[in-house]
Amino acid sequence: MTMMTERARNGTVEGSGMLELARRLLPFVLLILAIAAPFLLYPIFLMKALCFALFACAFNLLLGYTGLLSFGHAAFFGGASYIAAHTIKVWGLPPELGILAGTAVSTVLGLAIGALAIRRQGIYFAMVTLALAQMVYFVCLQAKFTGGEDGIQAVPRGHLLGFIDLTDSLSLYYFVLVVFLLGFGLIHRTIHSPFGQVLKAIRENEPRAISLGYKVDQYKLLAFTLSAGLAGLAGATKSLVFQLASLTDVHWSMSGNVVLMTLVGGVGTVFGPVVGAFIVVTMENYLAQFGSWVTVIQGLIFVICVLTFRRGIVGEIAQAFRLRPPEGKSGH
Amino acid sequence: MIPLLGIPPQVLFGQLLLGLINGAFYAMLSLGLAIIFGLLNIINFTHGALYMMGAFVGWLLLNYAGIGYWPALIISPLLVGLFGVVLERLIIKRIYKLDHLYGLLLTFGMALIIEGLFRNQYGVSGQPYAIPAALQGGQNLGFMFLPNYRAWVIFASAVVCTGTWFAIERTKLGAYLRAATENPALVQAFGINVPRMVTLTYAFGVALAALAGVLAAPIYQVSPLMGSNIIIVVFAVVVIGGMGSIYGAILSGFGLGLVEGMTKVFYPEASDTVIFVVMALVLLVKPAGLFGKAA
Repeated sequence: MTMMTERARNGTVEGSGMLELARRLLPFVLLILAIAAPFLLYPIFLMKALCFALFACAFNLLLGYTGLLSFGHAAFFGGASYIAAHTIKVWGLPPELGILAGTAVSTVLGLAIGALAIRRQGIYFAMVTLALAQMVYFVCLQAKFTGGEDGIQAVPRGHLLGFIDLTDSLSLYYFVLVVFLLGFGLIHRTIHSPFGQVLKAIRENEPRAISLGYKVDQYKLLAFTLSAGLAGLAGATKSLVFQLASLTDVHWSMSGNVVLMTLVGGVGTVFGPVVGAFIVVTMENYLAQFGSWVTVIQGLIFVICVLTFRRGIVGEIAQAFRLRPPEGKSGH
Repeated sequence: MIPLLGIPPQVLFGQLLLGLINGAFYAMLSLGLAIIFGLLNIINFTHGALYMMGAFVGWLLLNYAGIGYWPALIISPLLVGLFGVVLERLIIKRIYKLDHLYGLLLTFGMALIIEGLFRNQYGVSGQPYAIPAALQGGQNLGFMFLPNYRAWVIFASAVVCTGTWFAIERTKLGAYLRAATENPALVQAFGINVPRMVTLTYAFGVALAALAGVLAAPIYQVSPLMGSNIIIVVFAVVVIGGMGSIYGAILSGFGLGLVEGMTKVFYPEASDTVIFVVMALVLLVKPAGLFGKAA
């Protein structure tokens, strides 16, 4: 699977002094911005964007760093949001345990779907994940606890750890930010671990990774499960923010949405999915009143991205700032 | 009549017939997907949207031009096929050198555009399309009632599928097509215009989808969502059958329609998911698909 070859190398670029300094400072600037943001922008919007950013990062771990295109990530995102909403609302679990329950279920679901899907490669993998996710959608449509077309509404936000009142938007925002940073940190750590290096090797050349003695299927399955679990974490958190779990979250269009965010931002870049998620969420906010035009515009962006800037926004910027010529085919 | 397994035969055969009808559409769509994949190496996500478009063109012809079902059966596939030529020439051909996954993303985007445009214009509710006069009514076969139109759909799709199989496996043109699937560069070296063949193949696969759309219009309502609902099931069918063989696509299409129909009889709750369950089982037992070569 060599799809993401060209843009994956961005991570190893070493620029000149100024650029290097800017690159090192960037995370801190972003962190300060994230902390100040709720005073400048509408917190619900920010929380939604953060949840989708985590979702897209989890997806990117699979597509960008392992080369697996899953078209069924809505199953994990939406499935976890249902579980979290149900356990919090009906069982009366505190929010942190509800989110953990959602994450746990989506992880197990990821293990099951992943185990089936990795038996096929390439586009077949995408089709299998899409079909299995559609199965999850139908289960959610028919199961009693999901509330069918209505979904699970009015999920109480409750108190975090028993004493932090999450009905306050500001405290909820910082909770969501912490969840996002934990998830983002785990993904970042994974990518730069020896495990992540093997994933990249699989992405670049699967037969070669096999011949080097790596049990490729196990690596893929672990990456898939991890990605599913983190997607679930994002979905469960989202159900707490909106106090709602609905069929939209498990629908295939949600799977398409996360692909779009990742593609727009930059597949195989660290910050790309975050940028992509903010762009797509902003766009949906402004275009919500135009109904189906959102779908048309999303489709257009897909087509334009694939035809003209396959590296995505962050990928193209990184490419523009790259001072060294691209490495040869043998990189890594 | 004696109930079979506790189920009245009318119900049993009625559902089997419905299953066979669904199977007919699965077969025609997966056949088109398989042909396109064979030559273009692209999974055409737009297929569902073009099936929907076929049905809509039929409906528009009837409502705005007064052109009835029978001419629409030819005109709609032609128009949608022409549209397919435009899509292939303008957009799809730009990505042949890229990884297959980009083809999936690109055609997914095109499907979103087409579906969104139709949804904007016609909403999500279905538009009725009357069964043509010649095919109204039905036959009482004793053990069941067979509506004429449904018999016609099964007959028509069986003829189309067999015809396509024959054209690909038994004619000279089909031989070129199969050769180009194996090795396009070599076929081009023998003086065959492969790019044109690619375009026509895409148009043909797309026209098949449009034809299925027109056939489906009187049975299901004509709705902008009809394409995305069916395409995912067809993907599962394609995974089960494997895209290596033409008759594999046809057989698994009809077969899975029947399985779905049977499930509606015995365990209706699972009828929406049964094809995906079958897919999971096939992946466990025979990962390459029932008729597939190695994945």
